[in-house]
Amino acid sequence: MPEFASWLIFLLPLLSFVLIVGLRPFVGAEWRGAGVITIVSILAAFALALTALAATIGNDAHDLGYRPHDWLTIGPLVIRVGLVMDSLTAVMVVVVTGVSLLVQIYSTEYMRGDKGYVRYFAYMSLFTASMLGLVMASNLVFLYMFWELVGLSSYLLIGFWGQGKAAEEHPRAGDAAKKAFIVTRLGDVGFLAAIVWAYVATGTLEIAEIHAMVAAGAFAGVGVTWLALGIFAGAVGKSGQFPLHVWLPDAMEGPTPVSALIHAATMVAAGVFLVARLFPIFEASEGAMTTVAWIGGGTAIFAASMALVSNDIKRVLAYSTISQLGYMMLALGMGAVGPAIFHLVVHAFFKALLFMGAGSVHHTAHTYDMRFMGGLRRPMPWTFATMLVAGVALIGVFPLSGFWSKDSVLHAASINGLIGGAEALYWIAVLAAGLTGFYVFRMLFMTFAGEYRGGAEAEATAESGAAAGPPPRRRLHESPWIMVAPLAVLAVPVLFAGLADLPWDLFGFGAFAMTGFLTGHVETFSTSVAAVSSAAGALGIVVAYSMYVQGLLSPSVLGQRLRPLHTLLVNRYYLDHLYEGVVVRHVLIRVLGLTAEVIEGQFIERAVNGVALIGRNVGRIPVAMQNGQVQAYGAMISIGIVLILAGFWIWG
Amino acid sequence: MPLRDLYLLSPEISIVGVAFIIIMLDLWIERKGLLPILTIVLLGLPLGFTISLWGTEEQAFDGVLVVDTFSIFFKVLLIGVVTAVVIASQETAARFRRFQGEYYGLLLMATAGLMLMAATRELITIYLSLELSTLSAIALVAFFKDTRSTESGLKYLVLSGVSSAIMLYGMAMVLGVTGTSSLVEIAKAAPVSSLADNPALLLGVVFIVAGFGFKIASFPFQMWVPDVYQGAPTPVTAYLSVASKAAGFAVLLRVFYLAFGDFSSDWSMLFGVLAVISMSLGNFAAIFQTDIKRLLAYSTIAHAGYILIGLAAVASRVPGGEAFGPQGVLFYLTAYAFTNLGAFFVVIAIANKIGSETIDDFAGMSKRSPLLAGLLALCLVSLIGVPPAVGFWAKLYLFNAAVQADMVWLAIAGAINTAISAFYYLRVIKVMYLSPAPTEERVRLTPPIGLAVAMTTTGVLFFGIAPWFLLDFAIRATSGFPG
Repeated sequence: MPEFASWLIFLLPLLSFVLIVGLRPFVGAEWRGAGVITIVSILAAFALALTALAATIGNDAHDLGYRPHDWLTIGPLVIRVGLVMDSLTAVMVVVVTGVSLLVQIYSTEYMRGDKGYVRYFAYMSLFTASMLGLVMASNLVFLYMFWELVGLSSYLLIGFWGQGKAAEEHPRAGDAAKKAFIVTRLGDVGFLAAIVWAYVATGTLEIAEIHAMVAAGAFAGVGVTWLALGIFAGAVGKSGQFPLHVWLPDAMEGPTPVSALIHAATMVAAGVFLVARLFPIFEASEGAMTTVAWIGGGTAIFAASMALVSNDIKRVLAYSTISQLGYMMLALGMGAVGPAIFHLVVHAFFKALLFMGAGSVHHTAHTYDMRFMGGLRRPMPWTFATMLVAGVALIGVFPLSGFWSKDSVLHAASINGLIGGAEALYWIAVLAAGLTGFYVFRMLFMTFAGEYRGGAEAEATAESGAAAGPPPRRRLHESPWIMVAPLAVLAVPVLFAGLADLPWDLFGFGAFAMTGFLTGHVETFSTSVAAVSSAAGALGIVVAYSMYVQGLLSPSVLGQRLRPLHTLLVNRYYLDHLYEGVVVRHVLIRVLGLTAEVIEGQFIERAVNGVALIGRNVGRIPVAMQNGQVQAYGAMISIGIVLILAGFWIWG
Repeated sequence: MPLRDLYLLSPEISIVGVAFIIIMLDLWIERKGLLPILTIVLLGLPLGFTISLWGTEEQAFDGVLVVDTFSIFFKVLLIGVVTAVVIASQETAARFRRFQGEYYGLLLMATAGLMLMAATRELITIYLSLELSTLSAIALVAFFKDTRSTESGLKYLVLSGVSSAIMLYGMAMVLGVTGTSSLVEIAKAAPVSSLADNPALLLGVVFIVAGFGFKIASFPFQMWVPDVYQGAPTPVTAYLSVASKAAGFAVLLRVFYLAFGDFSSDWSMLFGVLAVISMSLGNFAAIFQTDIKRLLAYSTIAHAGYILIGLAAVASRVPGGEAFGPQGVLFYLTAYAFTNLGAFFVVIAIANKIGSETIDDFAGMSKRSPLLAGLLALCLVSLIGVPPAVGFWAKLYLFNAAVQADMVWLAIAGAINTAISAFYYLRVIKVMYLSPAPTEERVRLTPPIGLAVAMTTTGVLFFGIAPWFLLDFAIRATSGFPG
């Protein structure tokens, strides 16, 4: 595959962005062509991505081995630009373009009639191009540039409804966008510092060269640990890991397809990708590996626990995403790159499906609050069926894709004794699997089972506190085919993606084909690990069934009994309160705000006023000669010359 | 006088000729709108002569005139600048009832002076060409003939007179010590190896710096800049900020590398200190500006400081090595020409419509004219030095030259100043994008100024992505350095 074709994978969505922005002045704000341009360009990029994947599989080294190009040479300083196309990148470009393509198709219907239709697709194109740039960059500077561009498009899309008339319906969108931007920026400070440190320590920013130096032992010791931790800080922010996870649930204020693409399938996985891409650096430091594993494992159970009590369907999915990203980090910390990326890929499919399903539900019920849903199974058979498949895959039920990926992660946790407390982490991960079973089926039961509880109208009644009369009946309907079709298409890999990494050579791929392709070494499979995690998941499902269908155990009664725990979970461990109430409001606003006020008020304000005053006075005097300014300027020249001469006299 | 000598001087002769033609035509042509068009067409003549001379390495008139890649680089740059300024002047010039021909004629005369400055190796000629350009520029600054403009012209006249006098005094001293006005001969005749050993020569050198410091708007000769920039017609301001600066640096490079090359350790430190003071002064003062032209005026002082880094980084010219400093200066000047002209042209386009140059009146410009707001933002981003704009490479190149010359402190000072400058440039962008627009009225871009804006901003972006052509040009122009 010629290198230019690989470049096109990234350039096509970029071209789409430029084209839409360029055409914007000549078309209306709801011009449908924007969607068409986006879809066509991403479709072409997807086809090229598949070609690239095939070429990479066909290549013995699993790396097409593109050389970076010298962009600018300034003596010893050479700035290079290049892309990589190895197994990791090839898999990522296929996932990004594939999911993006389906999300764009879905969006043409979901966003129909929105005042920002053209703007929406411009942002989506920009995001897709940036994400592709991120996974293909061959050096840290460009990787960082796209990393920030991805953050920018995420910010723009979370706050998509934060301006103008739409802001009335989405009052929290603007704040959510800012929160996402600022919180992820905290992690990026570490990442940026790591890049600077990498250059100082190794003299290069080419990822391959840094890897070579680490592998050769030329760069080792505490320096590598700090480098790895700095990079991991960036990954923690982007991938919503504890303690920087708080932005991700709020990010659900954006349009639902955005949540599906950016905040579930691709961008949030960028942190996992980053650690995988720079894995040799992490591998060289036991401390860094332990940190990654514990942050990942901790986040997995921590986020899952918050998903147990949330009533907002998108927030349940958001916590689930954080939890699953924690699984991936856990696998990376255990040294299992292949399972981590395998889980990333599979998760991208079923989580994108679940989010788009939630959007489909919203299309009819006009609410995301599950307390006002229910009974949607019959009116929305396709949405129900596809979400059921995805939910079951998320829990990791045999033989769906999630079963194979989750078990490869758990297996890695069970066998790896390299880091401290691996045993404990394994059991934490198993417990999180049980919680997953519960919250997924709680969500499915509340949404699809039982009687319909009135949707947005009932929610409005409940909020206004009026007497709860019978809700006005509205015809509940399945979403249009153009929204359902992407769900059905995504259900296929959700069902069968596990085939790519079976423990047996069933279809001629070879055993563990995918993880082997990704890392070059073959995993193993343990029946006991699979049995334990499946039992945990099943137990979660049974508890959810008994509570939400059979009514054996009332959720409200249980909430009463375990009041302290329930309150803690509902309030998200008070972390948002801590950050916003204490850190932001008291520390930041008080201290910084006061400082800024003093500077602004006492210094800048006065200076600006002073300058303006002088300006006015000058204006009053018609001839400048009279105010002595020219003499002053002339004197300044003389003083300057004397100073220079004095300088020579003293130091010369 | 052999014919060959005339051919070598043809760029300057032809541009003066064009100036006369335009002034004469002004007497007969009723439709004054034709004048700028004719000027641009006729400018093809000096440009053609200049390009045809590319590759020659010759001297004429007993070594007074030098034709080499270095001088041709600057001539192409200057002709390019004046062409863009003429295009951008059309709307402004239409406001004068009389003397439109003189306006264009004076622009060309000033350019002829600057071109000659870049193409000589002789102190008297340097002085004469400097005066030719300065006197034309004074008339241009005062061209509006209103209070503001006249005041600016007068200030410019007096202060340039002061600096010229100091410079001439310096030249006289150098002439007295060495007995020659030729830069090459001065280098041979200089009696000592360190300036500190010969106070007369030191005084002469510092005085000469004063003259060019005035031209390039560097500390401590920068006081005139904000007042003159604000009062002058904006196209003239744009011209001064770019063309004067470029020619001033051309002469500085020639004089110091050629005549005083042996004392480089002395003046390297001098320029380094001036660089730091200029950029700090310019950047801090710019923070407090409320008028966009004054802001750009202080910004131009800061940029003079950045470019001086290239002069200070003389030690990077190790024997057999590359002249990173001079290369960086040429590269930066060109990048700055595109960027600053672009910024000024957008300001002209906006100010012509809204009748104000106050930054606060640019509020909500992103709604009133997304294109102009976007292009001004691009130019400001380039002035900060952020990729993918050309300003990024220019800064990188100069800072790298400082590092290569073991003057890391200079690069750090530059980087800190870049961060400070981001504050006021971004504030303009913030006003344009985040402040509510006072009216919904659209600001439209008219063709002549639109063409000028397009020319410059395309350069900012194109050379930002593909800096090689420009860099290659700059490297070739300094290949024979100090020639």
